Amino acid sequence: MAKLSGEAIKVITEICDRYKDEETPLMMILSDIQKEYGYIPLEVQELVSEKTGIAVAEIYGVVTFYSFFSLKPKGKNVIGCCLGTACYVKGAQQVIDKFSELLGIKPGETSEDGLFTLDALRCIGACGIAPAVQINGTVYPKMSVDQVPGLIDLYKNEGAA
Amino acid sequence: MELININIEGHPYQVEKGMTILEAARKCGFEIPSLCAYNHGECSLASCRVCLVEAQEGQGPKRLVASCVYPVSEGMNVTISSPKATSARRTSVELLLSNHNRNCQECDKNGMCELLHVSKLTGARENMYPGAKTPVTVDQLTPSIKRDTSKCILCGRCIARCDAAHGLSVLGFEKRGFNTIVGPAENRSFKDSPCILCGQCTTVCPTGALMEVSEIDKVDEAFRLGKHVVVQVAPAVRASLGEEFGMKIGTPVTGKMIAALKRLGFERCYDVNFGADLTIMEEGTELLHRLTDGGTLPMITSCSPGWVNYAEYYYGDLLDHLSSCKSPHQMQGAIIKSYWAKQKGYDPKDVFVVSVMPCTAKKFEKDRPEMENENGKDVDAVLTTRELGKLIKRSGINFNKLPDEEWDQDIMGEYSGAGVIFGVTGGVMEAALRTVYYKLTNKEYGKIEFSEVRGNDAGIREASIDIDGTTVNVAIASGMRSARVLLDEIREGKSKYHFIEIMGCPGGCINGGGQSYVKPCFLPNEDDDILDTYKAKRANALYSEDERQVIRQSHNNSQIQELYKQFLGEPNSHLAHELLHTTYNKNRERFD
Repeated sequence: MAKLSGEAIKVITEICDRYKDEETPLMMILSDIQKEYGYIPLEVQELVSEKTGIAVAEIYGVVTFYSFFSLKPKGKNVIGCCLGTACYVKGAQQVIDKFSELLGIKPGETSEDGLFTLDALRCIGACGIAPAVQINGTVYPKMSVDQVPGLIDLYKNEGAA
Repeated sequence: MELININIEGHPYQVEKGMTILEAARKCGFEIPSLCAYNHGECSLASCRVCLVEAQEGQGPKRLVASCVYPVSEGMNVTISSPKATSARRTSVELLLSNHNRNCQECDKNGMCELLHVSKLTGARENMYPGAKTPVTVDQLTPSIKRDTSKCILCGRCIARCDAAHGLSVLGFEKRGFNTIVGPAENRSFKDSPCILCGQCTTVCPTGALMEVSEIDKVDEAFRLGKHVVVQVAPAVRASLGEEFGMKIGTPVTGKMIAALKRLGFERCYDVNFGADLTIMEEGTELLHRLTDGGTLPMITSCSPGWVNYAEYYYGDLLDHLSSCKSPHQMQGAIIKSYWAKQKGYDPKDVFVVSVMPCTAKKFEKDRPEMENENGKDVDAVLTTRELGKLIKRSGINFNKLPDEEWDQDIMGEYSGAGVIFGVTGGVMEAALRTVYYKLTNKEYGKIEFSEVRGNDAGIREASIDIDGTTVNVAIASGMRSARVLLDEIREGKSKYHFIEIMGCPGGCINGGGQSYVKPCFLPNEDDDILDTYKAKRANALYSEDERQVIRQSHNNSQIQELYKQFLGEPNSHLAHELLHTTYNKNRERFD
């Protein structure tokens, strides 16, 4: 646990305390930590385990079960390509492959400059506008492979500015 | 208790409300296979789907349900044998097999695999669903436990057992869907996890996914090299070994076991009971010193290596409370390599000590750097009860037809009844009290037995023993869930005890992680409630051997007296400390 800063320990302890009266606080705690830091490494899970008495193996199980949680830091821009059934039949695989090709990273990875993380999502409930791509919470409907380079440029430039 | 009416296979039965269909069917004489369910819902994730039956409630439709979790209800019709139910169970098994490492012939679990058993039972067909397999992790970095995910069926029993016994939950499910595996957090090795290596998980695993690391090869090699191979056997082994050969649980097999060991070619066969008697001399003396000289109290026993691992890991601040005594087999190993080797004129380096133990943590214990001196390791190899069974079987010995034979009697053949009961929770305490009573009063305890400390479950027991006006408060715990309660009291300065016995496994060594598997599907001649009674049955095997002994107290073992006279001097002497005592380390790098 040596890796965590005093400040981080304080914040995470505060998050754990927030839900100490809940019967099953784990999801809420992990959600808050994910929102606060963008990822939940093992050292943080160990701290949560210490504070809540929930075994690390169980916490690790939850973190690795839900794609919303991440073990590694995410990039500045998180690109989520929906690969749910509707998006998939409308060509989502080609879209994510194009992102992958242009960014030089596989789904689940983060680019070396820390600008982009590419995620494959399960159905995000936007089947009517399939294939859907979500970047930092903004949904882009009916994506085509041709639109991919422009979208990357848009966020890259934003990142530079 | 409210009874309700149900029909199973068209026959009416009255069963307890609240039971699952699986439990009710078992009570009514049916056998529904299951891989995930264990005793009284110890694991009930309904994950294996091998227990599917058809159930109809009222006028509702007949539905396939997992009988291990589905409760019975008034008027329910349960069908086990319908084509729909039998084929559903078969498909469940075939799907499990499709992602299973089917090297059954070479698998160490061969013969005791529940997956293979249900495959036969359900009539699973060959290679029904060929396809991808989940990426595999094989962890055999510890000397104790091997984890092979290629054989794991994700039933969750090991997770439930670790939690039930110790509240540890070292193991958990991780990832999701097809990539799900069971392992310590981050899919680490047991080596890098806070596992105490007790091996309880290996006793419930239905397949070969969790097994002890076998050391039979090491023993073979020692024989090949022409070493003087000496074997010593822990008390609890005799209460379980018979099960490897189809005997009823609780059959003591001491005589046959010795006969088998002699036929296996060991130069000497000794009982660790002698080491247990020696432990009592050392530990009893240590306790008296602590009581009279204001030492750290309560003193806690240190015979169980699973418990010692736990203490070092989780209660590093309380290590002063642990007795400095090595465990009995380590003590005896040290004596074999010094006193015995000297008497025989052997170079200790040519002596190879094999311990047969009910335990997987002992495999780790023997490799601790503290358990080694200029004579080499105290103990060179540790076999579990199960491994001894295998060793005997492969050697062409018909165990059941062996005569009863005696331990080698030269210098450590004698043992007391106090040594025998070391194998059950409360036993070390009782053995110690018998000797401490004598040391304090100069007379034997009239009743001999301290029945107030006896039991065979994981709960905490406590007693106040009046020894000629001195009150000794004692407590006993097995399984870390119970131990933690006593340890927290010490940490908070509220402990009223002088002496505490802690054993790693619930019920003590008789239920150790290296003992024979207790799997009802392979025990057709045992009672239905065998999972509730086997610990008591094994404990009785030890208590009855204690009763049969002429000598019941460790200090009356004449060979122990001789050992002190000829070699060690007196208990806790300088030499005794060098050979028989150890140290603990809260910052231990547990493995190389």
